[in-house]
Amino acid sequence: MSARRIFARPARFAAIAPYVWMVLFFLVPFAFVLKISLSQTAIAQPPYEPVFDLTAGWEALKAAFAALGIDNFRLLVSDDIYVFAYVRSLTVAVTATVLLLLIGYPIAYGMARLPKRWQAVAMVLVIVPFWTSFLIRIYAWINILQHDGLLNQILLALHLVSQPVVWLSTDTAMYIGIVYSYLPFMILPLYATLAKMEPMLEEAASDLGAPPWQVFWLVTFPLSLPGVGAGVLLCFIPIVGEFVIPDLLAGSNSLMIGQTLWLEFFTNKDWPVASAAAIVLLVVLLLPLLLYERLQKRQLEQGR
Amino acid sequence: MRKLTRLSRFNVASLALGLAFLYLPILILVIYSFNASRLVTVWGGWSLRWYHEFFNDRAMIEAAWMSFRVAVSSATIATLLGTLAAVALSRGERFRGRTLFSGMLYAPLVMPEVITGLSLLLLFVALNAERGFWTVTIAHTTLTMCFVAVVVQSRLGSLDRSLEEAAMDLGCDPVRAFVAVTLPLIAPAIVAGWMLAFTLSLDDLVIASFTTGPGSATLPIRIYSEVRLGVKPEINAICTLVIALIAAVIVIASLASKLSSSQGESAAPL
Repeated sequence: MSARRIFARPARFAAIAPYVWMVLFFLVPFAFVLKISLSQTAIAQPPYEPVFDLTAGWEALKAAFAALGIDNFRLLVSDDIYVFAYVRSLTVAVTATVLLLLIGYPIAYGMARLPKRWQAVAMVLVIVPFWTSFLIRIYAWINILQHDGLLNQILLALHLVSQPVVWLSTDTAMYIGIVYSYLPFMILPLYATLAKMEPMLEEAASDLGAPPWQVFWLVTFPLSLPGVGAGVLLCFIPIVGEFVIPDLLAGSNSLMIGQTLWLEFFTNKDWPVASAAAIVLLVVLLLPLLLYERLQKRQLEQGR
Repeated sequence: MRKLTRLSRFNVASLALGLAFLYLPILILVIYSFNASRLVTVWGGWSLRWYHEFFNDRAMIEAAWMSFRVAVSSATIATLLGTLAAVALSRGERFRGRTLFSGMLYAPLVMPEVITGLSLLLLFVALNAERGFWTVTIAHTTLTMCFVAVVVQSRLGSLDRSLEEAAMDLGCDPVRAFVAVTLPLIAPAIVAGWMLAFTLSLDDLVIASFTTGPGSATLPIRIYSEVRLGVKPEINAICTLVIALIAAVIVIASLASKLSSSQGESAAPL
């Protein structure tokens, strides 16, 4: 038996504690979300029914099961508020992801062209804001964007505008906030693929007479697609469920699904509908994940 | 021949603009936290007034203390569990339910926080658990152990396995080989994982809001409710203190990894 195989056995035991933890605090909670999404709202504690009582005997349990229904999901599909919230979440996420790609790509590209020693420095510089509190970074933008904030002061001093511009509570502010918060998530995977790329490929294309934009579009960009995919996914999925940034920076006229879920839960105390909204959100988010996995598989097959 | 690999003016400009975009807002916040004026936007000279205000704000101090305790305990448990998970995934080869295990470990990394928070709260309510310090700690542990697992696993993956095998050829059993050889080599990643878990927990608003109970708000929850009511200069001071704490954590982490890299192994950056 090789040493590697002997090692495998105790290493498997290492899985037990984290495995049990994740089943208890990640998998089982989803069963509860699913169950409560099928329950009815009730004015009680907890605010839903039926409540499964394992001690009440088999018949009571069967009755509780029979009381479950898909009414909450019907409500989600038929009520415009929820439909709009899902559409808006997806629109915001797509727009923000495109913006992130457009802004993040040149930065990642610049990093990958730095001398090796400086690449490490640049990477640390990109990661550090990611360590800085997310709420604080949004708050920093409120300072800048508010009515008499720094941005308006500068614009007024430069005579670019004659009146303070309303920035806060607009979609522009929200997009600034989202791009600002998620930029490291886009830059890092892009940089990882761009830095690994063989510079000779670009040089060869250029030697064969391709102008720079053609080199980029025909050689660099296609080769960086795995990084683009990872970056897009890493940004898109959490942005769809985003709650804090739109709540603090965008107006309250059209809510994203994360906010709707939050309001339903904390303000309306309608736990079953909030749970149903969470399930639908989860399903919506699984689609891009599955798509990405399929694309990756196909790429692997083509590579063979 | 035109060299494309050289840094062009466009590259330098986009890098400089990108970094300015990332850092200027934070810098402005820090500067304004020393502003003497009550108006957030009018500069009234340097002053520590708002720091003073914060240290006299009992509710804020209590929230900060709560956040700190949650961050330390959840980061510690998460580091233990996350390291075990990373070892199992990179050294355990095939075991029953491995796919489910790695799926559960990666899912919270991308899952919207509202969903994670909601599902944990529903669990705690169903279990009739009293919400407060422990429920937030459990919630944060669940989230951050996944980050620890990723960091440690990438370090384990880049490690030369022949070192462990050599130790075992010399008579170590696998567990002793791990403790004596592998553990010191992955120590920087474990430290980095703890730091990451600590800052993520300190930062979290959404999951904490779902899983905490009345009277035990964390710092982000308090800051959030203040910010929603309007900008207060005191918040600038609190934010600057948090940034300073996190900066200290990063410096310690990088020192720790430098220390171990001077012992021969090159430390992987986060």
